[in-house]
Amino acid sequence: MKHIKTINKANLSATAKKGGCGKCQASCQSACKTSCTVGNQKCANESNN
Amino acid sequence: MIHKFKAKDINILLDVNSGGVHVIDDITYELLDYINLPLAKECPGEIISRLNNKYNSSDIKEAYSEIVSLYEDNLLFSRDIYGDYADTAVESPIKALCLHIAHDCNLRCKYCFASTGDFGTGRKLMPLETGKAAIDFLLEKSAGRENLEVDFFGGEPLMNFEVVKEIVRYARSKEREYGKNFRFTITTNGMLLTDDKIDFINKEMSNVVLSIDGRKEVNDRMRVRVDGSGSYDKIVDGYKRLVENRGDKEYYVRGTYTKYNLDFSEDVLHLYNTGFNQISVEPVMEDESIEYAITEKDLDKIYAEYDKLVCKIAEIKKNNGKINFFHFMIDLDQGPCVIKRLRGCGSGNEYVAVTPEGDIYPCHQFTGHEEYKMGNLHEHTFNENIKKEFAGCHVYSKPSCRDCWAKFYCSGGCNANNYIYNGDIHKAHELSCKIMRKRLECAILAKVCEQLNS
Ligand code: SF4
Ligand code: SF4
Repeated sequence: MKHIKTINKANLSATAKKGGCGKCQASCQSACKTSCTVGNQKCANESNN
Repeated sequence: MIHKFKAKDINILLDVNSGGVHVIDDITYELLDYINLPLAKECPGEIISRLNNKYNSSDIKEAYSEIVSLYEDNLLFSRDIYGDYADTAVESPIKALCLHIAHDCNLRCKYCFASTGDFGTGRKLMPLETGKAAIDFLLEKSAGRENLEVDFFGGEPLMNFEVVKEIVRYARSKEREYGKNFRFTITTNGMLLTDDKIDFINKEMSNVVLSIDGRKEVNDRMRVRVDGSGSYDKIVDGYKRLVENRGDKEYYVRGTYTKYNLDFSEDVLHLYNTGFNQISVEPVMEDESIEYAITEKDLDKIYAEYDKLVCKIAEIKKNNGKINFFHFMIDLDQGPCVIKRLRGCGSGNEYVAVTPEGDIYPCHQFTGHEEYKMGNLHEHTFNENIKKEFAGCHVYSKPSCRDCWAKFYCSGGCNANNYIYNGDIHKAHELSCKIMRKRLECAILAKVCEQLNS
């Protein structure tokens, strides 16, 4: 494509189907701990990776 | 839903519901302002006539057809199908605990949300019995979850370090029997760090948070001892030793910025130049009436600092330096599943805090807010209704989050902030939101630049 360059292959809707297993870390979003966004976390479910 | 923004002469387009990120040219950027759904196959004449004083018609049509092709592949204006998941995937086992190991502190940091350590509830150390009861509680409530997290928090947890060690031992002794994996973390102000403690922390804690605000004069203005003198000189060497001995294990130095250091990019660089490369610097959250509080008026300056940091960090990386600034961490390809993204911290549902008295709260920040006290370990009480309320608190039940482009990265912000500043866990704290959205744009920009350069 000439006008649009796609940067990533994310597909959130696919993760809905096999997600929600709860193996991943809890993550405080508040400034008082550290609010790194959930978006940076790794999925901890080996069968998804 | 889409979100587009310009940064460093790059036009970036995020397709919110798929998470797709695209770099687009100026025509496409402007074209998107006139697009209505459902998309017509051919570019409507009205759009062409709006833009053809600036661009030629064939380019406009070409850009339009690229938009249509992404749309048809579900990569642009993709549908929001997650509301149903939010309603079904509700209550979870509890898998994380924050242990208030000491409601006491040996510093008097001026911005401390815990009222210099005791959360306004009287200075107290957690007895070992309470710590053990908390571990038992977690083992009981975590059915189906293998990985459990325990964060030693305070006040200052090193003031009660023998109890920390005993709790770790106790929890480890239960791992096999219950088929669990404990992951411990600790936050410290560094005043009581000794080599023995460093060894224990580096062996047992999978993450450690080292509080320091950055430059000496910045740190020492807020992070003061009981006698009013600064803490910088006392803590920095201990932190260096800890990090040197830590190997590859996670840690981060964590600072707070306030109105007094709105040039906080200098503090990030100072920490990096001091030898730390895992750095988190956060805005203070305080009522506007407080002198050092951040207010709307400071936002332009704060945005500019984040922009500056994007450039500085790119420069460090270009010269093969290693730096990880927490606000810019984002994984565009393989972040967590969308279900995780609907709720974020999980306070009150997957995560609870326990005080030295054995009181249970939805998280450390709710401590002392009686209406949200969930129960007490020694009395064996636990209010499932509060848990349900928090389970139902997600980006689709928070009105401003539902329509926010940042929802799958921010995950609805901090329930405690919402409650403290707006009186309702569902009401987003707009000042935090504005900073969050800016950080996210910077994080996406940094990733895009890395991709374009590679
Ligand atoms: S930035 Fe604010 S409105 Fe947007 S998702 Fe986060 S808390 Fe909600
Ligand atoms: S409610 Fe706020 S302070 Fe509490 S765990 Fe969640 S993000 Fe952190």
